[in-house]
Amino acid sequence: MGILEVQNVNKSFGGLKALQNVNLNVEEGTIHAIIGPNGAGKSTLLNCFVGKLLPDTGAVTFDGHSLLGKKPHEINQIGVSRVFQTPEIFADLSVFENVMIPCFAKRDGAFELNALARVQGQSDIRDKAEQMLIDVNMIDKRDMIASSMSRGDKRRLEMAMCLAQDPKLLLLDEPTAGMARADTNNTIELLAQIQDKRHITMAVIEHDMHVVFSLAQKISVLAQGTVIVEDLPENIKGHPKVQEAYLGTAH
Amino acid sequence: MLGLNKKDTGLFIFVICVTALAPFIMNPFPADSAMAQFNAGYPDLMQRFVIFGIFAIGFNILFGLTGYLSFGHAAFLGAGSYAAVWMFKLLSYNIVPAIILSVIVAGLFSVIIGFISLRRSGIYFSILTLAFAQMSFAMAYSVLTPLTNGETGLQVYNDDPQWLKGDGPDATHFFGLEMRSTFELDLGAWSFSFNVGYYFCAVLMLVAFYLSMRIFRSPFGLMLRAIKTNQTRLNYTGLNSRPYTLAAFVISGMYAGLAGGLMASMDPLAGAERMQWTASGEVVLMTILGGAGTLLGPLLGAGFIKYFENIFSKINESVLHGWFGFLPDGIENGLIWVAEHFVGSGWHLTLGLLFMLIVIFLPGGLMEGATRIRDRFSGDKNKKDTEGKYAPAGE
Repeated sequence: MGILEVQNVNKSFGGLKALQNVNLNVEEGTIHAIIGPNGAGKSTLLNCFVGKLLPDTGAVTFDGHSLLGKKPHEINQIGVSRVFQTPEIFADLSVFENVMIPCFAKRDGAFELNALARVQGQSDIRDKAEQMLIDVNMIDKRDMIASSMSRGDKRRLEMAMCLAQDPKLLLLDEPTAGMARADTNNTIELLAQIQDKRHITMAVIEHDMHVVFSLAQKISVLAQGTVIVEDLPENIKGHPKVQEAYLGTAH
Repeated sequence: MLGLNKKDTGLFIFVICVTALAPFIMNPFPADSAMAQFNAGYPDLMQRFVIFGIFAIGFNILFGLTGYLSFGHAAFLGAGSYAAVWMFKLLSYNIVPAIILSVIVAGLFSVIIGFISLRRSGIYFSILTLAFAQMSFAMAYSVLTPLTNGETGLQVYNDDPQWLKGDGPDATHFFGLEMRSTFELDLGAWSFSFNVGYYFCAVLMLVAFYLSMRIFRSPFGLMLRAIKTNQTRLNYTGLNSRPYTLAAFVISGMYAGLAGGLMASMDPLAGAERMQWTASGEVVLMTILGGAGTLLGPLLGAGFIKYFENIFSKINESVLHGWFGFLPDGIENGLIWVAEHFVGSGWHLTLGLLFMLIVIFLPGGLMEGATRIRDRFSGDKNKKDTEGKYAPAGE
């Protein structure tokens, strides 16, 4: 039994079949990578997990809840957090405020009319946000406006925001896209640390094989909307079907 | 103090002092000097300063925090005015029930309009609110005549029931204290007027300002700012943006209703033109001019626009002749010909130019100007990052 189960998911956009009978099983506590060439349907699949897209047919269940038809905030409230390809943060707010918001969401739920409470008086939230910033090594940037940080720091901040919610499942959409090698290695290290300390299940979409093979405990290869292989990393590397998907068939 | 941090307490005390001393501050020139026409310390105008201040403070809670630009807030102002005048007609001239009802009516009205309009964001939201407001305006003029008295405007007549009136006064009053009663203080060449209506509105404005400060510094306010900067992230953080925006919309609608009720309380009339799009546009101008998203900005903007509207529009040709009279005739007439386009009925031209200058050179409004001046004097450039537009709640 996996924590995230995808059964026979189909999704088409007009005549284009983006996903065809996709089956996927993410085991609790593991890092599961989803790889595949451009246009294979990786992002479409991820969008089906978070409520952005509704599959035409099939089932997506997380921890016993069906995710179909739920709104993004509802899916988040049951424990799924998402890191975007380009960091989505509250750019005009300070780093500390950025981290406080998910802490509020975790404590108060999707809506709370606490218009006369004081942010300053919420010591539990502030302590938690502070601890989170210490954990990701950003405490010295606490009062910076988020938009003024480097891309790597934004990614780190986004990660901290997701972790502040203690998610059961963390979805990462190309967490190292467009990063320099050093930043990529930092991200790998950060993810490995998180996995070590918190045992959060992660599903990672990634292009960079270096990242995939340093992190993943299981890999699904997606090509043209179907999962062609799902196996352990050591079996993926030399797998003929994978090579075919990436390099094309020799004629 | 009062759940505010030190900086906000200072700001609040400053606003209290300015509003309390406004009759002095607004009348800096002796009553019979040539400069007396720049005095703004007469009751009617001072009331308008604070009433529009309330309107703009409320509008800023929606626009300044969430970034949703409503072009229909005058509908709530008008609804509040109508509700208040109906209370005068049915009960008595006591303004307390009138103001309470105007806030409730505007609140309910904004729930409906907000619920529908907030399904869209950006320009579509603006257009939807504009459409609703224009619809309300047109209806107040025509179909709803039994309720609004159409073109004539709603007013109190002698044969109105006024069930609770008894021997109460014949003018709007707060438990006997008439809004129009004014105490004139003459100090040498200066004269100052202290008007009951002004102080009543000022107290409510201070309450409104205090509440808006609390909202700005609350977790709720933080979420509203988060909506402005990145709604996608907010939704993927487990927060439902819809009820937040609706709550902000209703709160600002109630502020508008309060302003409308106060307007009717100062002068028991309500006309459909209060709902017209120009009135909605005015509050947008006030907020942007003063500095959207700042605490004090909307108040400054409201004061600025109302001052120019009333003072510049009063200056006419004969006043200009008085000023330029010392010049040779030809030059005098030339100068007057140029100047008269900017004053009197042409004051909109001046306002438009000032608005352009401020938006181009101070995109953050008058408050940005104030911040820049302060930074220049204190010479502390590092502060800019965190103190520019909002004081971060983390301080």
